[in-house]
Parts: sequence; C-alpha cells; structure tokens
Amino acid sequence: MSQTIHAADDSPHEPHAMPLRVLFGVFVILLLLTFATVAVTWVDLGGLNVWVALIVAVVKAAFVGLYFMHLRYDNPFNGLILVFSLAFVALFIGFALIDSIEYQPAFDEPAIVELGNAGG
Amino acid sequence: MTTIDAHHDHHDPNLAHHFDTPEQQFSSAKLGMWVFLATEILMFGGLFCAYAVYRGTHPEVFLYAHHFLDTFWGAFNTVVLIASSFTMAWGVRAAQLGQRGLLILLLVLTLLGGFGFMIVKTIEYSAKWEHATFVGPINAFYSMDGSFTNEDKLHHALEYGEKKMHKKIGHVAAADAAIGLQDTTAEVMHLEEGDHAVSAREQAEQESQLIAEVESAANDRPAPPEHSDISRPQVAPAGLSELFQDVGGQPEPFVAVAAAQGHAVVTWDMLTDRGKSLVSQFFQIYFMMTGLHGIHVLIGMALIAWILYRALLGQFGPKYYTPVDLVGLYWHLVDLIWIFLFPLLYLIH
Repeated sequence: MSQTIHAADDSPHEPHAMPLRVLFGVFVILLLLTFATVAVTWVDLGGLNVWVALIVAVVKAAFVGLYFMHLRYDNPFNGLILVFSLAFVALFIGFALIDSIEYQPAFDEPAIVELGNAGG
Repeated sequence: MTTIDAHHDHHDPNLAHHFDTPEQQFSSAKLGMWVFLATEILMFGGLFCAYAVYRGTHPEVFLYAHHFLDTFWGAFNTVVLIASSFTMAWGVRAAQLGQRGLLILLLVLTLLGGFGFMIVKTIEYSAKWEHATFVGPINAFYSMDGSFTNEDKLHHALEYGEKKMHKKIGHVAAADAAIGLQDTTAEVMHLEEGDHAVSAREQAEQESQLIAEVESAANDRPAPPEHSDISRPQVAPAGLSELFQDVGGQPEPFVAVAAAQGHAVVTWDMLTDRGKSLVSQFFQIYFMMTGLHGIHVLIGMALIAWILYRALLGQFGPKYYTPVDLVGLYWHLVDLIWIFLFPLLYLIH
C-alpha cells in the first residue's frame, strides 16, 4: 500500500488548479446535455429512448468525473476504483436481470390464465 | 499541534506525524475518499438493481406510474445540482489558489444550491403526501393479496395521476384516461360494436387517430365479460391489457402501436390487475432512491457548512485544502447519482 502512496508523490507538488475556462465549459456542456435528455423525450424512438437517456447520463457523469472530480489529472488509481465499483454494480444488476427476466413468466402466470379465459 | 511542533521545528501543523510529506498525506486522504465513494456507489447500486428488475419485468407499470412525477421540477433540480457542483469545483480551485473571499462566496452558493434542491424536493414530496402517493402502506396503490388496502384513496390518486399525465404528455393521454375512468360501460359497448365512438367526442384529429388505432387493435379479441372498476381490482379490465397477455406478457406490441402515433402512453385501464397491483412498487422505489439521495444531499450540506466555517477561519490555502477537495468529491458524487436518477425516474418513455 505504501508503495502506491509513494508512487502518487511523483505528481507535481504545486496543486493542479482546474482552469476556469475548463470549469465553465464543462458547466455549459452539462446544462446542454440536461436539456438534450429532456428534449429526447419529446421525440419517440421506441425502445431506444431509455438507451439514449442512459448514454447522455453516462457522458454527463464522465464530464463530472473527469473535470469536476479531477480524475483526468489524478493518480489513475482513484479512477480505477470508480471504474471497478461501476463494473461490479453492472455485474450485480446484469445477473439479477438475467435471473428475474428468466423466471418472471412463472410469477405472472396466474394473471395470464385469468385474463386468457376472459379474452380467449 | 503544539506537542508536534515541540518535536519538529519546522513541522507543518496540518501534517499528521505518520505521513512523510503533505503530498503523501493528501493522496492517501484522496484514495481513502475514493474507496468510500466506491462503497456509496455499491450501496446505491442495490437500489438501481431493484429499479432495473422491476422496470425490466413490468415496463408498462413504470410507464404508467412515472406520470405522477413532475418533469419540470426534476429538470430544475438537475440544473440546481449541476450549478452547485460547478461552484464547488470552482471553490476547490479558489482554495488551491488561496482566494479566500472567493472560496467563501462559492461555498455559500454551493450551500444555497443544496437548500434549493431540498426545497424543491419538499414541494414534490408534499404533493405526493397530499395525493396519497407517499411512501409505504399509506400509498393509495398499496396492494396486498391482490386487493388494494386503501381503496378509499384510490379514486383521488387516479384523478391526480390523470391530471399529471395531462400536464406531462398532453391531452391525448388524459382524454384516453378520462374515457377509461368515467365512461367505461359505453366504451365497452363501442368496442363490441367496433364503433370508433371516440371521433364522436369531438377529439382533435390526432387524438382520435391514436384511440381508433388502439381500438381496432383491441377489437381483434372479444371484450371481457365485465369491465374494470377501480373498487373491484380483481376483475379483468377492458383496454389493452389483453394485448400484453397475447404475446406472453410482453408490452412491445402496444408500445409499437402507440409509438407509431408518437405517443407511448400507458393509462390505468391498460394495466392488467397484476400491473395495477404493482404500481405502488414504483412509488416505493422512487422514494427509496430519491430519499437516500436526499439524505446524501443533507449530509453534503452539513459538510459544506463545516468547510465554510473553517474557510471563514482562514484555515485553507494552497498548502492545505484537503477537506475542501474531499467534500467536493462527495458533493460531485451526489450530483452524479442525481444525473442517473433524473432520466430513470422522471423521463421514462
């Protein structure tokens, strides 16, 4: 562990302050993307809508992480922790979804039988 | 501090004795903060998982229930959080450059952003409380063993949902919902006769098109023997629910029909009994996710107030700004989570 910490000492001793230009730019981009994610709901893309919304959210998150959270200039290990946590969340949700979608028809079956009789 | 100084003549008062340099101390603190943020993401991950499972298995329920949320307030709060994230990031820069006055101003602005967010959240939560769509068993849609436990509140909640749907998507959905709620018997008769009665209601061209399309699709199967009645949720409802069932519970055909008209709208009457019994789950998930997030906003505000107090004492500068940086990271994470919550809860399409 101490080796990792010492490796971080290679970074410049003067604090790296984010240029104001970058901060303002990211702020404007985030506002535009917020508008975009609302505007996308005015257009119907069928099943694509949720993916567009998620991709916009991921892009926004990337801007916040890289610039506001300074990850672009940090020790990459910090970013790696973030990426790993997201990867494990994805793994968790992915497996849970595979399982629940596989078995959902069994839960919904009573409703289908009841309405199937009514509707032919 | 004085005891440390007694041991080392030129010791930095902010440097703990078990660190060699301020840089080493700073990067360890930051590493620790990132590990903590990872555990936060994993904690929210559980709630996102619940969201994904319930939306994945019953998308029509989420399509219906999200109408109760106000897109305007959601978008407003997104902008508020992004703005306060921006002032926080700028505040870290001000601390790094030793701009004490600017740091204080920016921390005050960030704190105001937190207050703004919580005020809007209070407005939203109060509306849910008033209209019986709050968290827990007091929710009008709360159901147990196939029947609603708050039937007396259900009609009011449905009317409120109709109003919100009207606001969110426009009058097409509201008109459709109104037909389902107020004139159900006539609607069943028209369905049996294959009569596109809706046009007689002097709807706009577009609206009648949508409903006609929906009706013609519904006419492919006989009408159910008894029509839906909100006071008797066990009875099979008329409407499009059977379309879902015909393809093994997959809602795609209906969504495709409505999407062809540019309106992927699900109303109460389109839901199956099972779907109706699951509507309260959307509210439980909404309140758990936004509630946990709201608690984080409150904690973040307390931390910013603490940083502001220390900044007023002049404790931060280019040599020592670790607390500002770490509280900033926490505040940005709160923003990050909202960036995902907003489209997933308010903008379901």
